[in-house]
Amino acid sequence: MALLQVKNIEKKFINHIALDDVNVNIPDNSIYGLLGPNGAGKTTLIRIINRITAPDKGEILLKGRPLQPEDVNIIGYLPEERGLYRKMKVGEQALYLARLKGLSKRDALKKLKYWFDKFEIQAWWEKKVEELSKGMAQKVQFITTILHEPELLIFDEPFSGFDPINAKMLKEEILELKKKGATIIFSTHNMESVEELCDHITLINNSKNLLEGHIDDIRKEYKSNIYEISFNGETEKFEKSLNPNYEIIDKKKVNGNNAVRVKLNHQTNDNELLSLIIPAVEIISFKEQIPSMNDIFIKVVNEHKN
Amino acid sequence: MNKINLIISREYLTRVKKKSFIVMTILGPILFAAMMVVPAWLASMEDTNIKNIAVIDGSGIFINKIPDTDYIKFEYVQNQNLKKIKANFSELNYYAVLQVLPSITYEPSAVHLYSEKQPSFSVKSHISNAMEKELKNKKLRAHGIDDEVLRSIKSDVSIRTIQWTEDGEAKESSTEVAIIVGYASGFLIYFFIFLFGAQVMRGVLEEKTSRIVEIIVSSVRPFQLMMGKIIGIALVGLTQFLLWTILTFALITGAKTIFFPELGTQNAQEVVVQDIMEKEIMPQSEQIPTQDLDKVASIFNSIKTIDFGVMFGSFIFFFLGGFLLYGSLFAAVGSAVDNETDTQQFMLPITIPLILGIFVMMNAVQSPDSPVAFWFSIIPFTSPIVMMVRIPFGVPYWELALSMSLLVITFIGTTWLAGKIYRTGILMYGKKVNYAELWKWIRYKS
Repeated sequence: MALLQVKNIEKKFINHIALDDVNVNIPDNSIYGLLGPNGAGKTTLIRIINRITAPDKGEILLKGRPLQPEDVNIIGYLPEERGLYRKMKVGEQALYLARLKGLSKRDALKKLKYWFDKFEIQAWWEKKVEELSKGMAQKVQFITTILHEPELLIFDEPFSGFDPINAKMLKEEILELKKKGATIIFSTHNMESVEELCDHITLINNSKNLLEGHIDDIRKEYKSNIYEISFNGETEKFEKSLNPNYEIIDKKKVNGNNAVRVKLNHQTNDNELLSLIIPAVEIISFKEQIPSMNDIFIKVVNEHKN
Repeated sequence: MNKINLIISREYLTRVKKKSFIVMTILGPILFAAMMVVPAWLASMEDTNIKNIAVIDGSGIFINKIPDTDYIKFEYVQNQNLKKIKANFSELNYYAVLQVLPSITYEPSAVHLYSEKQPSFSVKSHISNAMEKELKNKKLRAHGIDDEVLRSIKSDVSIRTIQWTEDGEAKESSTEVAIIVGYASGFLIYFFIFLFGAQVMRGVLEEKTSRIVEIIVSSVRPFQLMMGKIIGIALVGLTQFLLWTILTFALITGAKTIFFPELGTQNAQEVVVQDIMEKEIMPQSEQIPTQDLDKVASIFNSIKTIDFGVMFGSFIFFFLGGFLLYGSLFAAVGSAVDNETDTQQFMLPITIPLILGIFVMMNAVQSPDSPVAFWFSIIPFTSPIVMMVRIPFGVPYWELALSMSLLVITFIGTTWLAGKIYRTGILMYGKKVNYAELWKWIRYKS
């Protein structure tokens, strides 16, 4: 079931169209990647979901009903450009932000204690934010985002400002939150983290979403039928064993072994390829080249440029 | 609604807890009280050194005629000449030597006062007053007016103004006091709008540059955040004003009992006309020694005749109204720019009406019922300042009501307008904004 449905959303600014008939279905308890180049309209979509800006057309459904003003209390949002009040004390500030999300003072304090203990940052409670390092402030920021245990979490470029240690921590926490039942929207152009974390994605380019679906389905769709084979033996022998159904894309030497990439056409399959080359050379490895999200991203964006 | 309360309390508490707020709260009244008490205190201070002044009177008119005071004594040394005194000046222990030439009757500059140090103003004016009086009397006598008549025509005028209020009561009033109170409250409103308006602007800018604003508006509506900030800061202003009023009154009362203990015993508080009438029939001899004190008492009295209930109420109203009007504009400016230096271009339309208000106020203090004063106390952008000056002189209720309702309507308008600019501005970075751009923001559909 979809937790959040974005239907035919349209948003115009003075000189450009930010979103044009965008449709997104975000399944319950998924990690949903919102991909797209800079300026594609991702942040605008996120702001509409957060009720910061209103769309010109279209509607947003949460659990099947239109999004209500009170729904902001079950959303946790970590914007791309983020910050805290520099002159305010850490504890006071975390409490304030939690209460703005509708938590009672008592609940907020209890939950803050849990998270401050977990991250071992109790000593910062009385410190002003300006005294913290950037990494420390990021931890506080993260806690304030998830403290009210939102059902829907939205992270806009979450790793952009985080150092590797905090980024790793963030990844672990995101997976942990999913385990606890949260749905996570995750806007990024860091494709590695998409492959690592997301199970569904949509690709937005030039204010339209170009493809949407489960990450495995998308990859299968963009499969290129290229196999990478490394072997011991002579390359000429390998080449002679192939028939015209196969095309060698490139040849190189890796660690003293030959490595060849072969593209298959639709009349054949990988088993046939294996049966042809086994007599010819000693195979060390044989694997299908699955396109990375990065490849798909570039391919789709370029296709739509024309 | 609960969320806006949270915002108000944060805006309020973070500012009230600041050191600068506490320092200002304590220093303000001390400054105010000093401004009111120190001149009075200085005036009451006299040089207590006895000054001997030698008089060489070539005309012979003034011998034994210049009265001694407690601290100035005159010694008439007719048979000495100036040179001799000058040679032995330090041994003779004179403060100064007064030389009157015989030509004094027709030449006003025929009087010289020699001394080592610059003689004090009080000495100089005492001498010239006494001499003028003596010369005048001499001339009058020459025209055949005798001493009896001279004593009887000695007159002294001190105008006491008494206002008839609408309910038939008569109150002693003082134009000077009305001017001072009006000035002070008009200026205070101007000062508060600027001071705390700038705080609204800086607060908005702080949220924008620290990038926390997007997090906050994902929890509350931008309009709530803006109003919460304006109301919170308005409450800071009110707190400061109340603390200042209380502390200033405490300080003045304290100073009064220390420096003018006589006033307390005189029961100067009674200000109804009867009391004044009684004083007038009192024998003259009794009134003379307390005359100076009377003046001070009369000022304290007429301070009391100003309707402080109305003053206080209207101050609060016009401060809040004016602040909501300008505060929202300040918030809009803060939201439209990326840093404080860029605020300049948008500050002009805000500053001009405020400064205009101050100019009109200076004029209104002279003639509180002039057409200029009337119109500017009705127009909402200047009314908080100008109306406050007119109130101590008495303003018809319908004018007050008109001015107040126009102010309310206008601030609803400006907050609505500012809200639209604010909503777009807080999320807009790195864009040079001009008035045309602001106009587009206003016309955006939400």
